[in-house]
Amino acid sequence: MGETRKIIVTVNGTRHEAEVEVRYLLADFLRHQLGLTGTHLGCEHGVCGACTILFDGRSARSCLMLAVQANGHEILTVEGIAPGPDKMHPLQEAFRDNHGLQCGFCTPGMLTTLIEFLRDNPDPTEQEVRVAISGNLCRCTGYQGIVAAALDAAKRLQAAKRG
Amino acid sequence: MPPPGPGEYRGRIEDPPLLRGTAQFVDDIRLPGMLHAAFVRSPLGHAAIRAVDAAAARALAGVHAVLTRADLRPHLLSEFLAVGLPSPSYKQEVDRPALAGDDVAHVGEPVAIVVAESRYLAEDAAALVEVDYEELPAVADCRAALKPGAPRVHRNGPHNLVAEFDMGYGDVAAAFAGAAHVFHESIWQHRGGSHSIECRGDVAVYDPLEDRLTLWSSTQAPHAAMRALGAMLGRDENRLRVVTPDVGGGFGPKLVFYPEDVATSVAALILRRPVKWIEDRREHFTATTQERDQFWEVEIAVDGAGRILGLRGALIHDHGAYTARGVNVPYGAAQTVTLPYVVPAYRLEVKLALTNKVPVTPVRGAGQPQGAFVMERLLDRVARELGIDRAELRRRNLVPPERMPYATPLKTRGGIPVVLDSGDYPKCQLAVLDRAGWDSFPARQGAARAKGRYIGIGLANFVEGTGRGPFEPVTVRIGPSGKIHVYSGAAAMGQSTKTMLADLVAEQLGGDRANVTVTTGDSAAISLGIGGFNSRQAVMAGSSAHVAALKVREKALMVAGHLLEAAAEDLEIAGAEIRVKGAPTMRISLAQIAIALAGAPGFMLPGGAAPGLEATEHFVVDAMTYANGTAVAEVEIDIETGAVAIKRFVMAHDCGRALDRTIVDGQIIGGVAHGIGNALYEWMGFDDNCQPVTATFAEYLLITAPEMPQIELVHQESPTPLNPLGVKGVGESGVIPAAAAIVSAIEDALAPFGAHIAQTPIRPAEILALIEAGRRRHADSL
Repeated sequence: MGETRKIIVTVNGTRHEAEVEVRYLLADFLRHQLGLTGTHLGCEHGVCGACTILFDGRSARSCLMLAVQANGHEILTVEGIAPGPDKMHPLQEAFRDNHGLQCGFCTPGMLTTLIEFLRDNPDPTEQEVRVAISGNLCRCTGYQGIVAAALDAAKRLQAAKRG
Repeated sequence: MPPPGPGEYRGRIEDPPLLRGTAQFVDDIRLPGMLHAAFVRSPLGHAAIRAVDAAAARALAGVHAVLTRADLRPHLLSEFLAVGLPSPSYKQEVDRPALAGDDVAHVGEPVAIVVAESRYLAEDAAALVEVDYEELPAVADCRAALKPGAPRVHRNGPHNLVAEFDMGYGDVAAAFAGAAHVFHESIWQHRGGSHSIECRGDVAVYDPLEDRLTLWSSTQAPHAAMRALGAMLGRDENRLRVVTPDVGGGFGPKLVFYPEDVATSVAALILRRPVKWIEDRREHFTATTQERDQFWEVEIAVDGAGRILGLRGALIHDHGAYTARGVNVPYGAAQTVTLPYVVPAYRLEVKLALTNKVPVTPVRGAGQPQGAFVMERLLDRVARELGIDRAELRRRNLVPPERMPYATPLKTRGGIPVVLDSGDYPKCQLAVLDRAGWDSFPARQGAARAKGRYIGIGLANFVEGTGRGPFEPVTVRIGPSGKIHVYSGAAAMGQSTKTMLADLVAEQLGGDRANVTVTTGDSAAISLGIGGFNSRQAVMAGSSAHVAALKVREKALMVAGHLLEAAAEDLEIAGAEIRVKGAPTMRISLAQIAIALAGAPGFMLPGGAAPGLEATEHFVVDAMTYANGTAVAEVEIDIETGAVAIKRFVMAHDCGRALDRTIVDGQIIGGVAHGIGNALYEWMGFDDNCQPVTATFAEYLLITAPEMPQIELVHQESPTPLNPLGVKGVGESGVIPAAAAIVSAIEDALAPFGAHIAQTPIRPAEILALIEAGRRRHADSL
């Protein structure tokens, strides 16, 4: 093992102290050291977006970051999106109801990207959704179900806010 | 809300774990003591290996093994992957080695496997393995490969011709001799990789307690992988298991069995530790099979009204360096050309040429998009030359509905007659033309041109062979828990296969999908299986599931009738129990029936039934069922940049009965996206030395959401008589006509420049060149 450092990082609300190799990718740390395998690696060069996480609330490619860079920061992964084991997030429900996934491998990155996007733009147009996920590749769906899911989720989130 | 009706979406059983991040893909498997593999790969297109020095790599702390071909040898009955489908057309055998021996024949070919405590260390060590290569001339162009004196792709090979066959029927010479018009086209078609977002991967585990090797693999064909691995290892099938975990897309190349699958397995056997290998994207670009170049020289003979009299030509197909699947891509291409149309005479000479590139095997569509593209390009040419509307010309030539079933003289690669089983092709075309506003387009185009905008419209027909046989087994078993367990040789990689099987079984056994579990892709769960490809799972596995569920239903009702002392026809299955209609207190659970049929020592089985509440069905059908459709694309070209925007894409399709229209739509739209990529973006480039020049997603472009138009679909349903569900396959439908329709539209948009396009992909620089050439011609003519 090469040089290591201790990091403290909060993932999905849980604080982790860990000793990590300095060259270890953040994605590998999440997947293999913390066992949070919902974050997927599709290209390892920052194009496909499958590994997208929220880093202090902003979307980031976990394949282009080192684990040590996460020291002192907060991360949200796909495992942290649902409010609980019996309930999914409205965005997840919208993906399910609009056939927004087929093989599901790109889905974690789509969800994290769209959580950030819908937070910043709660009432988007179709074109805005398409641009928002332009950094996420999907080979199965042709994006149509994903775009429909995002627009549906925006409505659901708005309705929930109105209560 | 009312419950969903027939064909309506009810969500997918696959979705919750995928949405929560708890699905289990192959790289998510973690086992105690697991080691990690990386491969040393050829950096050259063609080279002799003089020596491999792994001393420094083996000495690195944390490295457990560096294995070359010589190290695998004691563990292998055969050192080659003999997995090509049979064909009488082969001229030589070029099976892939488990690892390279004395030479390498493409960049990315695996030379050694390095196994270490982590992937990081394995990659460090792989970089320390010194391979002494003597570079040899490489063959990049499949046409040049067949020329006399061409360098050989394998230095010890006889020549570069892998296989050669003719396809066709009728008196072609007479058809051309008597034709009013003959038109010739030279067409280059290129398709790239599959690029499932999940790359390939394996976890091999040897269990000494049971003397069993288990390979978890991201494969579309686990049973075929089990057989291939067993043959190479000399290992009995009851000491070997191949399992597919969740698979992140397949699209063809994952149906192939690979050297990495063997090497990872042998490493696990040698080291007695679980070994994981996960392909990275660069490896996927260089070591996973792909489709590439086809060069077609074709001509069409027509009468004065544009009716087809004959079609003939030659095809040279880039096979890559080895046979990883067979002749099926060019065979499928050649067989698809004529299908939607009445073509009285046809002959195509097909040659498969070796090149120093990664092998070619099917990618979604498997040659069919290329076949359709050739036909549609020729028809556009005829329409233009004869001044006939492109849709009208096609209408005159489509197979008419009154001739269904339409027996073509063609045969599939398995020798089975190609009989178009059902459908109304002209009606399908008309439906999409109406929706797309075909007739009013010229007026819109004229108005746009007056404003300096270049819009165009194009169409393409296709007929797809789906549901390739002979079978896909399904076992339906109800156990003492009362749960309905479904096991199939089908392999799921995103097409909703588990949902499809669960719903077909639940339809006969109580209607509660939550009471059904589905196991696919496990060679230990069911003895036979063919796998997921060729738009076959709903047709083959779906039919088996339907029939098996009916058999279990019949048996359950018979036994329930015996136990409840009621006539079977007075019973109904509701949820997990059977009850007497109108007398809901008279009931028995499926669990009780399953327990009764499990037998008790010394007692008779109820009602004289055979043991067990289960049935296995191998619904066998040799003939393929043919889906069809028509696509219309509308594009706008920016003549300053050459960029193509797809403004509209409408597709009418007929896949027989749609089991779930939303899932069918998803399959088609995904296929169209792939076809748009083939038309405009995807190019797997190599230089003259066979070095890949597009080996990242920055260079090899996949379509993203902003370029993707909203796809409009028009459904026709002509159930097939070939299976009890009336279903045809749909997984590849969208991809087949897409490039043909888009290129037709681009040519139409660029008509003012006299543009003629006979290639895919067509990229902005090439479009600008067409515009420039048109302007020069115009200037010269002044």
